[in-house]
Amino acid sequence: MRKLLIKELIKINKNKKIYLIINDLGFNVVEPFKKKFPDRIFNAGVSEQNMMGMAAGIASEKCNVFVYSIANFSTFRCAEQIRNDIDYHKLPVTIVSVGAGLGYGNLGYTHHALQDYALMRSFPNMLILSPGNNNELISLLNFINKNPQPSYLRIDKNEHKDTKFKKITITPGKIIKLINGNKKKIILTTGNVQSLAKKMMYKKYKNYSLYSMPMWSMKSKNKVKKMIKNFDEIITIENHFHDCGFGSWLKECVNETNIKTIIKSKYIKNNVINEVGSEEYLLKKYGPK
Amino acid sequence: MNKILKNIRVNILNLTYKAKSSHIGSCLSIVEILTILYFKILKKKDKFILSKGHAALALYCILFEKKIISLKILNSFGTNKTVLMNHLSHKVNGVQFSTGSLGHGLPVAVGKALKFKVNKESNKVFVLLSDGEMNEGTTWESLLFASHHKLDNLNIIIDYNKIQSMDFVKKVINIEPLKSKLLSFGCDVIQVNGHNLLALNKALIKKNKNKPKVIIANTVKGKGISFMENNNLWHYRNPNLQELNIALKEIEKKYA
Repeated sequence: MRKLLIKELIKINKNKKIYLIINDLGFNVVEPFKKKFPDRIFNAGVSEQNMMGMAAGIASEKCNVFVYSIANFSTFRCAEQIRNDIDYHKLPVTIVSVGAGLGYGNLGYTHHALQDYALMRSFPNMLILSPGNNNELISLLNFINKNPQPSYLRIDKNEHKDTKFKKITITPGKIIKLINGNKKKIILTTGNVQSLAKKMMYKKYKNYSLYSMPMWSMKSKNKVKKMIKNFDEIITIENHFHDCGFGSWLKECVNETNIKTIIKSKYIKNNVINEVGSEEYLLKKYGPK
Repeated sequence: MNKILKNIRVNILNLTYKAKSSHIGSCLSIVEILTILYFKILKKKDKFILSKGHAALALYCILFEKKIISLKILNSFGTNKTVLMNHLSHKVNGVQFSTGSLGHGLPVAVGKALKFKVNKESNKVFVLLSDGEMNEGTTWESLLFASHHKLDNLNIIIDYNKIQSMDFVKKVINIEPLKSKLLSFGCDVIQVNGHNLLALNKALIKKNKNKPKVIIANTVKGKGISFMENNNLWHYRNPNLQELNIALKEIEKKYA
């Protein structure tokens, strides 16, 4: 999704309000943006805390900033800058993490993104943007371009071969139907686990409907509560740890309510993964089952 | 100017006493720096970030002198429901950026300066750091970036009062030789007496030479009150009534 992101950023940067900040990565990805907007892209070097503070500074001067990095660098490494400088000030900075979940499986656990939702969803003003396909990514970018705010965009390292772009309207907490099936029992995904979910449906949940929720946040919990009521059973699938992940977030939404919906979470096994391997291999071994 | 300096010190003393808050020494060391900035240097389009957010009260007192916040708001310092936290909040009129955790102000200032420079806008950016912030990795990350991008619209002032939270800077983490460190990072460096308004003014108006400018302002923690000066006890303590009265008398005498 990296190349598509850059392509779309070029498209939406009509008034040159978008700045792209990288921390010495993005080789063979960000070049088209640089070619088109040479004075709107900056390499902060290997200094993520300064990068994030700087992004806040630029955004505080009526600009929209995209910080492009790999999840570990753009989240935990500069968590306080995100909390104090971006989230608390409600600044229009979109933090992009490439390699959602086990996308960088071969690079080892330092580069796995398995706790990033946990951190980012704990910030009150942060919007989680987690596309599962190209349509969702493009629609999310259009949303954030029209509604600039603190946001965390978690994308797949690999490009998706989706067919033609189909415009979809995404709002925080909205679910999007991908496969029609049982009206009361659904699989709900966020992020790039849609093909995995389809495989699981084929094996275990044949009659279920498949939905995606590509945009969610602390603030959208109330809205989601109403949606949950419509179903008897929701099975969430994510490429993140169970603790503080998407499924846990959904369960928090029904806290102190009488909602009887059964919510089950499928996730990456809570553990430090000490072996390396391809995303496919690691997902098969540690992923949602 | 003397009247302003006196008012600010009196307000800092009274409010710290009333609120039983800390960081009085850190507030007193930057009174002259803030005064020259707000009464001489800063233009409407310029930006100022107080990175040493624990000295928020000093800035609130300046904002009152500039009639940006009311006496009622100022006097709410330390009470329940007030917006005047003991660290700096952008919810207060006139405060451009919230700070409190050290090492945050400079990266934000660098971002602002970069935006202005790239767009050929003439706005200047000023940021006031504590000497304790020289321990922070972000300070040096930001200096590398600012110098690489020749951010000559960036003006960094270091409140070098030589005392950080627990002890003298040289005993905690020695930052000397500070001037040559900053020079080697590619900055213009000026050292001044941080309580001398004329010297501060001269340093602040000096044109940057294609580089970020750093003013090392040599100051005294607790400046103006004999028993608070150079004593890190006053990083934490607030004065009792007897100490407050002695301090206020000293201020009266100093500015008589």
